[in-house]
Amino acid sequence: MTIKRKLNVVDDKVMIIKDLCKSFGSNHVLKDFDLELKRGESVVVLGKSGSGKSVLIKCIIGLLKPDKGSIQIFGKNIPDMGHDELDLIRAKVGFLFQSNALYDSMTVRENLEFPLRRHWIEVAQGEVDEMVMDALKDVGLAHTIDMMPVELSGGMRKRIALARTLILKPEIILYDEPTTGLDTITSKEIIELMIEIQQKYNTTSLIISHDMTCVKMASNRVVMLIDGKCYISGTYDELLKSEDPKVKLFFE
Amino acid sequence: MSIRSDFKSFLDVCGELFRFSLRFFRHGFQPPYEFSEFLKQCYVIGYKSLPLIGLTAFIMGIVLTMQLQPSMADYGVESQLPAIVAIAIVREVGPVITALIFAGKIGSSIGAELGSMKVTEQIDAMEVSGTNPFRYLVVTRVLACTFMLPVLVMLGDAISLYGAYLGVNIHTNTSFNLFWTQVFDNLVFGDVVPAFIKSFFFGFAVGIIGCYKGYNSSKGTEGVGRSANSAVVVSSVMIFIIDLLAVQVTNIFGY
Repeated sequence: MTIKRKLNVVDDKVMIIKDLCKSFGSNHVLKDFDLELKRGESVVVLGKSGSGKSVLIKCIIGLLKPDKGSIQIFGKNIPDMGHDELDLIRAKVGFLFQSNALYDSMTVRENLEFPLRRHWIEVAQGEVDEMVMDALKDVGLAHTIDMMPVELSGGMRKRIALARTLILKPEIILYDEPTTGLDTITSKEIIELMIEIQQKYNTTSLIISHDMTCVKMASNRVVMLIDGKCYISGTYDELLKSEDPKVKLFFE
Repeated sequence: MSIRSDFKSFLDVCGELFRFSLRFFRHGFQPPYEFSEFLKQCYVIGYKSLPLIGLTAFIMGIVLTMQLQPSMADYGVESQLPAIVAIAIVREVGPVITALIFAGKIGSSIGAELGSMKVTEQIDAMEVSGTNPFRYLVVTRVLACTFMLPVLVMLGDAISLYGAYLGVNIHTNTSFNLFWTQVFDNLVFGDVVPAFIKSFFFGFAVGIIGCYKGYNSSKGTEGVGRSANSAVVVSSVMIFIIDLLAVQVTNIFGY
C-alpha cells in the first residue's frame, strides 16, 4: 500500500552531512558518510542492524560527537556547538526515540509539558495546556492526558512520544526505527500518522529504519547505509529496480 | 595476572567515581538550579524514608538497651544505662545504622531508577528536550541525600532513644523525666556534632554512588539490577570507610 502524498519539497537544504566519521575503538561505524536533506523531504536511511543508523542520528542531534566531518543544520555545524546553541537547534529538530523514552514517573501531560517548560520557560499555563491538548489531538489520544506511560499500549506510547516530539513544532523530525516492536497494523498506523503530520506541518523527516513497509510508505528518497558509507541514494522504485546485489538483498 | 587486572579495574572505577564527583561540584553550583526537582527529591528521599528509618531506630533502641542491661546490672552500673545507651546511639549506632538502611533503600532505588532511564533512553530524551540531565537527575538527588540523611539521623536518634526509654522500663521503673535528664546530662558537644557532620558525608556517599552506578549502567535489565545491587554494596562499604576516617579525625580534635 502506498499513500498518495503531496510533499512540498523546496530546494532549500536544511541539513548537510559531509565526511562524517565515527568509531568506537577499532570499530569504524561511519566512514565519510554524506547526506543532504531538503526542506519538506522525507528521507529514509536504510541499513541492516548494527550498520550505524542510530549512531548517525545521535550524531545529528548532538548526543554523540563525531570523530570527523561536519553536520550542518540550518547552516550551523552541530559538532562545533556548545550546550546552549545545541538547545536552540534541538527546539527546531524533534527526535522520536526507538524506545519512545517516555518518562515513567510522569503522566502523559507532564511528559508533553517537559520539553515546553525546558525550551520556553515563560509560556503561561493556559497556553501550555492548549499546546499539550493540540499535540494529543494530532495523534488521536486526547483522552490519555492524565494516564501514566505504563498504562498505555506499545502503539499508544509511540503516538505519545510523537506528540511530545511535535509539541515544539519542529522543522525537522528525526525518527529512530519508528516501527520497531510494533505489529504490522500498528506499524502502518504510525507510518500514516507520520505522513499526516509531515503534510500538516510541512516538516522535513529523516527516518532510520530497516522496515521495508516503512521505507515504501514514508520515503520520497532512500539512502542506503552500507559499510559506514552512503552506498546508494534514490527513490524506492529506483532502488527496487536496482541490479546491485547489496541493494537487492533489502528489496527482494 | 588476574589480581593485577582486578586491581587495575578497581582503580579505574575509583578514578571514574572521582571524576563523577568533580562533575557534580562543577554542575551543582552553576545556574540554572533545579530547585523544584530538588524539593521533590527531598520529599521522596527524606519524608518517604522516615517510616522505615523510624521503625528500625525504635527497634534498635529497645534491643540495644535490653542487650546492655544484664551486663550493666552484673557490674552494678545499671543506673548509668540511659547515659551509655544515649552515647552509643548518638555517637555511632544511630548514624551508621540509619545510613546503612538509607543506602539499602535509597541507594538501590537511585541506582535502579537512573539505570532504567539510561537503558530506555530517557536520559538522552531529557538532553534533547533542552535539559542538562546531570544537573536535573544527579545534582538534585545527591543534594537531597546529603541534606536529608542528617535530618533522618536526628529523627532516628530521637525515636531510638524513646525505644531505649521503653527498653529500660521493661525491667526497671525509670520515670520519663529521669531518663531524659540522664541522657542530656551525659551527652556533650563531642558526641552530637561530629556524628551530625559525618552523616552529611554518609548521605553524599550514598547519593553519588547510587547516581554513578545508575548513570553508567550498562545496557539491558541485567545491567539495571547490577547497578542497584552494586550501589548498595559500594555505598555500605563507603559508609564504614567514612566512619573509620571520621573517628580518626574526631580523635585528633580530642572528641
